[in-house]
Amino acid sequence: MGNENKPMKLIYYPGCTLKNQARNFDVSTISSMAELDVEVEELERWNCCGTVHALGSDNIMNRVAPVTNLIRVKEANASEFMTSCAMCYNTLKRANIDVKKRADALETINEFLYQEETKYAGDVDVLHLLEYLRDRIGFDKLAEKVKKPLTGLRVACYYGCLLVRPKEVAFDDVENPMVMENLIRALGATPVPFPQKTECCGAYHTVDKPEIIAERTDKIMGSAHEEQADLVVVSCPLCAFNLDFRQEDARRLNPDFHHLPVLYFTQLMALAFGCDDTALRFDLHHIDPKPALVGRGLA
Amino acid sequence: MTTTIHISSARIGSPFVAKLEQISGQNLLACYQCGKCSAGCPMAAHMDVLPNQIIRLAQLGMKEQLLAARSIWICVSCLTCNSRCPKEIKIAEIFEALRETVLRSGNRDDHLKIQELSPEARGALPPIAMISAMRKQTS
Repeated sequence: MGNENKPMKLIYYPGCTLKNQARNFDVSTISSMAELDVEVEELERWNCCGTVHALGSDNIMNRVAPVTNLIRVKEANASEFMTSCAMCYNTLKRANIDVKKRADALETINEFLYQEETKYAGDVDVLHLLEYLRDRIGFDKLAEKVKKPLTGLRVACYYGCLLVRPKEVAFDDVENPMVMENLIRALGATPVPFPQKTECCGAYHTVDKPEIIAERTDKIMGSAHEEQADLVVVSCPLCAFNLDFRQEDARRLNPDFHHLPVLYFTQLMALAFGCDDTALRFDLHHIDPKPALVGRGLA
Repeated sequence: MTTTIHISSARIGSPFVAKLEQISGQNLLACYQCGKCSAGCPMAAHMDVLPNQIIRLAQLGMKEQLLAARSIWICVSCLTCNSRCPKEIKIAEIFEALRETVLRSGNRDDHLKIQELSPEARGALPPIAMISAMRKQTS
């Protein structure tokens, strides 16, 4: 970790949703990293990552947005950067892998971006915050920073799709990842078994097919409830929106549906590190997390 | 209801099949129809044609049935099928190639009508939802 008196600097890509509906994810990321003596520096002039990786082999156009961000990282004199959004991570990382493998695609993109002073050469690494916490900081070291252990809190860790698929971007097991469980344990909480942890939430169907999200939310949150979880933690603002804000639709579909709060893993870190309400922003949730936390003597 | 399907070698070797393979980067004939993709698909309950059936229709070059399937707009590219396929076929890429075929036709056959959403609904949805829905379903 280098000189212990000097905070580490890390380039941070927040992504669009962390500056809108998911501001709780943004502020809890920055606050909890400060407690870990890592100063996150927001990437200058970042743009939307494109949100989804185009699966068509000849769709070069959709690689332009992520590659532009990789250029901005180079311009910040950095060779790596971190994002806490699972969707941004996946899109940026896949575009990076793709252009590293395909010199012709990279050349086309650089030609298209002729007004950029910096050319991209596949020389930036994309990191997800969970990966950074595990591999650079270490959960043992992270546990030392805990001021308010989350003792007794039962947490279901939901990965969704984008942290674990495809294999090339996964930094943990594709079928049974454990990185979030290990983080939660370091914070003093108890991870519960969660068979639905890598099942899709329905993603963008929330725009015009909310009935699909209701069915998915019922199944995923129902499984967490069966495991007697107090709450579900996520790393994706689209999963968070669907699993939190679509719970009323799930209730209409299944009258036995049980409401559960959905938090970002960074909010649990901020809570355990003793950060105040401005780092948590529970006011942005549909299902208020406070009763679940009060129930465990944590709020 | 009885459906009659006419299979011919002309369809199997058609430009449509070649284009699907080119956009998806997949060899359609690698699939031996084990059905594992459909068994694990979280969207299967909402589909009219299951993922393994989509691949079979693609192998046979059944263009009209494929492009009219609701399923191609239901697949959200969660990649569960890709990660479990014993032949390492990227099934989600084949779904994407089918969507792209419709969206690139020049007919502006978009499958998302943003203008039909209320301003309230648009305001509530996070950018990540709107952008991904538009990227996947509009030309």
